[in-house]
Amino acid sequence: MTNIGLLEITTPSDREIAMTRTFDAPARLVFDAWTKPELLKRWLGVRAGWTMEVCEVDLKVGGAYRYVWRGPGMTMGMGGVYREVVPPTRLVSTEKFDEAWYEGEALDTIVLVERDGKTTMTTTVRYVSREVRDAVIKSGMASGVAEGYDKLAELLPSLT
Amino acid sequence: MRADPLDATFAALADPTRRAILARLASGEASVTELAQPFAMSQPAISKHLKVLERAGLISGGREAQRRPRRIEGEALAVATGWLERYREVWEGNYQRLDTLLEELKANEKREAQRGDKKRKGDKK
Repeated sequence: MTNIGLLEITTPSDREIAMTRTFDAPARLVFDAWTKPELLKRWLGVRAGWTMEVCEVDLKVGGAYRYVWRGPGMTMGMGGVYREVVPPTRLVSTEKFDEAWYEGEALDTIVLVERDGKTTMTTTVRYVSREVRDAVIKSGMASGVAEGYDKLAELLPSLT
Repeated sequence: MRADPLDATFAALADPTRRAILARLASGEASVTELAQPFAMSQPAISKHLKVLERAGLISGGREAQRRPRRIEGEALAVATGWLERYREVWEGNYQRLDTLLEELKANEKREAQRGDKKRKGDKK
């Protein structure tokens, strides 16, 4: 059963958020979209008014990536290190925002399963604690999504 | 020590049986016996699930002590799903842009393949 476009969000453990979604494209193109800067800049976090002005990818185990978004009157950066690079099925990396609004590094795991030219992608983000994960969900922000700092301001008191 | 209410909510919602119980209760009150019916589970097992849902503040017992019908607590559920909805919106936006990009990449590949075919045919001539 393939439900293209249907986004399923679950909390598989008390530190994780997982999302599953099917795309009408082969896995190698989805993998490219996650790992080629010229493609990442086209979709990740670039909602109205936001652009990704820095996108550097050193695609190898131990290699770093860095994203910086520019939005209305602000910038927001994040980056990490690739832990596993297995094109076109698996990509594991650490994730940390420049502004330390949540504790520790998160671990992102992207798994791509292709079937009949369609790809089911599961992304799992594991945070250092359930408090951090819940704070991320509450703030509505995650994984390099530039959503503005107003939400962060609300969130900060609850983290201290 | 006080348990984090959001954590209790997520733990409660993480189980498919408990989600099914909530879905059933969304259409009206039900007793433990009624709730147990659709599941291949004993009444005590269902009661255990109900306790988890009660602790999370997602359901409450009714006033009739004997029958003790359970009711969904709309507010608690709305709060939990509200946060998830925000997260969902953000990622749906990302993935819709990704859909558009992937369509473009597929079209490019197709065009290149066709050009390649033509070129190969041309070479043969």
